[in-house]
Amino acid sequence: MKFAIQVLEGPYTHQASDSAYSFVKAALDKGHEIVRIFFYHDGVINVTDKADPPQDDRNIYNQWAELGKEKKIDIVACIAASKRRGIVDSNIVEGTRISGLGQLTDMAIEADRLVTFG
Amino acid sequence: MNEQETTEQNDENIKKIMFLMRKAPHGSIYSYEGLETVLIVAAYDQDVTMAFIGDGVFALVKDQDTDDIGIKGFIKTYPVLEQYEIEKVYVDRQSMTERGLTVDDFAIDVIVKDSDEIATLIEDQHAVISY
Amino acid sequence: MLHTVSKSPFSHSALDECAKFATKGSPILLIEDGVLAAKPGTKYEEKLKAVIEKNSVYALLPDIKARGIGKLIDGVKPIGYDGFVELVEQHKVVSWV
Repeated sequence: MKFAIQVLEGPYTHQASDSAYSFVKAALDKGHEIVRIFFYHDGVINVTDKADPPQDDRNIYNQWAELGKEKKIDIVACIAASKRRGIVDSNIVEGTRISGLGQLTDMAIEADRLVTFG
Repeated sequence: MNEQETTEQNDENIKKIMFLMRKAPHGSIYSYEGLETVLIVAAYDQDVTMAFIGDGVFALVKDQDTDDIGIKGFIKTYPVLEQYEIEKVYVDRQSMTERGLTVDDFAIDVIVKDSDEIATLIEDQHAVISY
Repeated sequence: MLHTVSKSPFSHSALDECAKFATKGSPILLIEDGVLAAKPGTKYEEKLKAVIEKNSVYALLPDIKARGIGKLIDGVKPIGYDGFVELVEQHKVVSWV
């Protein structure tokens, strides 16, 4: 099946990013397709390359980058929400991109399931 | 392709998308950014429903004056929904009355529904986006 | 629909709202702080038991373990992320965040 994922909160402050990541991995293990992971509200902070979290814990930003690069999942931060929060093209982790709310609309239409984490 | 086939094909492409608006305005951005999303989705000619439940009903209250909190208000944007052909704007009756509101308090015309009616509508959707 | 609830019932209305808007028989999955509702012996226990009468209630096991919750309220079914995915295969999702 085709799954679309929305993440509405920023990394570390809320568990949403972690839950979404675990869900995506479990879905991929079962052979499902992830149409897109769309970040909105503070969720856009998940793609910054400026963060430097402690080494003894998971690096959420690298987790998304790996999913984008290795699993070729389309990972998108909403442009309006990004501009509001200082997230720009030149400062996002590899494997992610910034685009419009049309991407959310497209994925909501195309996917069989939309799961939101927030 | 004849006209009937085209219509059937188009109907298959129209998905029911519901926005659950659950948060009060201004104390957090969810209400505002949620409305931004609805306006974008409106351009895609889908079957859009907005359901205001819980504190979400406060977003519709008229005469909101945000000058003194220094935040740009957005109550004036709601009438635009009609121009975008978003007509299914529902308010949960219980959420409204629990919060001391009536339809006369709102800036736009809404359709009041009971919780179980909204629950049934939720079941019918292709996608539910909650803010 | 599958309804997911990620907030504690002691500080958020998410589970109450979910229970109000979930039709009879729709499964509810507690995740993150939402699993706190499944802990026995709290002021929320009777409310959750009433929800279990109307809906199947599941709780995400990794979140249960993370919060040191041992036994769950009778009727709450613990599942892993594979179970979460299975529920999503069977139902569209409403997320009460």
